[in-house]
Amino acid sequence: MPSSPEPGGRPVEIDLEGIGLDEGGEVLLRRALRRVPSGGEVAVKGVHPELTLHLRAWARGEGIGYRACEGGAGGTLVRTDRFESMPVERAGGSGIEGVRDHPPANWGLAGRSAQVELGGPAFDFTLIDKAELWADDAARLYARATAAQWDPATAIDWSAEIEHDEEIEDAVVQVMTYLIENETAALMVPARFIARLHPHFREVMQLLAMQAAEEARHIEVFTRRALMRRDCLGLSSTGGQASLKTLIDEPDFALASFLLSVMGEGSFLVLLDFLQRHGPDSITRAVARLAAQDEARHVAFGLAHLRRHAAEDPGLLARLSNAMHRRHAELAETAGLNRRVFEGLTVMAAGGFSPASIAQGHARVMQLQADMDHARRVSLSRLGFADADAAALSQLHTRNFM
Amino acid sequence: MTKTLTLGAVAYDPKVVTIWEGFKDHFAAAGLPFDYILYSNYETQVLGHLAGHVDVAWNSPLAWIEAERLAAKAGRRASAIAMRDTDRDLTSVIVARKDSAIAALPDIRGKRVAVGAADSPQATLIPLELLAEAGLAPERDFEVIHFNIGLGKHGDHVGGERDAARALMAGEADACCILDANRLLFAREGTLPAAATQVVAETAPFDHCNFTVLDDAPAELVERFVSILLAMSFDDPAVRPLLEMEGLTQWLPGRTSGYDALNRAVDRTRFLDAFLA
Repeated sequence: MPSSPEPGGRPVEIDLEGIGLDEGGEVLLRRALRRVPSGGEVAVKGVHPELTLHLRAWARGEGIGYRACEGGAGGTLVRTDRFESMPVERAGGSGIEGVRDHPPANWGLAGRSAQVELGGPAFDFTLIDKAELWADDAARLYARATAAQWDPATAIDWSAEIEHDEEIEDAVVQVMTYLIENETAALMVPARFIARLHPHFREVMQLLAMQAAEEARHIEVFTRRALMRRDCLGLSSTGGQASLKTLIDEPDFALASFLLSVMGEGSFLVLLDFLQRHGPDSITRAVARLAAQDEARHVAFGLAHLRRHAAEDPGLLARLSNAMHRRHAELAETAGLNRRVFEGLTVMAAGGFSPASIAQGHARVMQLQADMDHARRVSLSRLGFADADAAALSQLHTRNFM
Repeated sequence: MTKTLTLGAVAYDPKVVTIWEGFKDHFAAAGLPFDYILYSNYETQVLGHLAGHVDVAWNSPLAWIEAERLAAKAGRRASAIAMRDTDRDLTSVIVARKDSAIAALPDIRGKRVAVGAADSPQATLIPLELLAEAGLAPERDFEVIHFNIGLGKHGDHVGGERDAARALMAGEADACCILDANRLLFAREGTLPAAATQVVAETAPFDHCNFTVLDDAPAELVERFVSILLAMSFDDPAVRPLLEMEGLTQWLPGRTSGYDALNRAVDRTRFLDAFLA
């Protein structure tokens, strides 16, 4: 082991014994050179037959001075100011207090708190403002998400009996068909933003990735449920797809997050609760319950970062409101909720086809929509909208629910 | 109109375009109008230099000797104005397998020696000169196997040396000639395992490339060119990638004291007679 140098004193000495620079010797040389200042010397000895050759060639390539040793293998390395001289900067701090407001593009993929060499490529991340996307709660929500992952193969008893009649099964298949395309939108929206997000905001990146993975699983279980007694899915309507396309097309993170997570998934939470209560079989009720657990976190993150954003940017609420109006105008001429989905929900909540049952089912779907409206108004109020504004905005929400 | 300093370089690798585009930007930012012309081989570059097509040539050691001798023949004078720190004090080595009967230079007699391109100073001309000065004439006292990758590029392409090393390991040659830094590189990458091979001989230190100018070069532009080069810092993130691609950590003033062995090799083999005729 090299000894620490005395300023102006004897050089550090290092004995490589029998190893050459092609066998790891370089590690020991660098270690020794780091212990001397620029201009400091490291005397190297060893018995490798090509040690002198290795030292001279290596030192030349590294910009390190070299002086042969008289009468023996080895030599003296002289550290220059070019040795490991690449300027570096610290990419923020490791904890959330170390998250920077505007991390530079050249920090790139480096983990937070890494030493980043300057001069690297500038990445084209476009989500680079902490104010726009950060939530101090992101790490906690991510930890909760990782702890709450469930295995579709074991979390649901797929062998449970399905005893209802075929027309009710048709209703289930239609509702699952609708859920699948909605969850596909809910997967694609965060997935597109992950690729634009500066990785400095690690916790947000991880949470969005988890969100996308959870939607992938929801798509799996809804598909599996739909195809238990059918070969094909039900109807995908133009109105539903038009509504979802406005989510996919929204380029602004805050607006997309608001429309998807707060308004859309917020409404969906109520719908999944409805399916837990009125699903005609235990499997339908189970997939709705498990999906709802995940969706609640998605809504929580959307609310958390938008509330923080709104506190820093007084203009945000107006932008969110404008986005609701714009989307409403865009979808005004579309059919809204797939008629067959509405019927499917009614039939599921009715549990039969007698006029009295259907009337009850219809009333329950009306209540579902009222509950969704209430949930949206609560969320809008939590974001800072006045009650009257929250009520008006909630009414503008897409009739497709998401 | 502002005069532009034009540099000639040989395109031995696609990265050469990246390198000189980068330098062009750097010189422009430093206020020096600069452009470059790429040649496919050093001989055309040297002739272009003598014909006045370029003001500065980034020359291999052999191209330096070509330019120096051609200039002298025309009553002119070439000088080396700058070089890389890594161009100074290189050596070449002759390597044999440990299981062979070659332990020292005299053992080469009657054997097969793999070398790089015929015009490579480091992998052919200088190590063969070492053997010749030890009394072993190429093709008379031992067989020479050439790996002529990139002829005209004076061994800048490392492929010839790597093939010579592979020939040694494949048993197609009994020894090979390579640069000292490539001895380390090939050992690390496994082309020439250190455990199975040994250095039989090593040349005296010699120098490699330099920026060459002729006596009619625009003095003020050349002076600015050199001062910008010497001021380039390895610590500067903006220029560091260029320096790393070009394989240096610092530009140094040119010197011509390290070309003696190559001059002797060229004289002995009359290697440039046809070119200079």
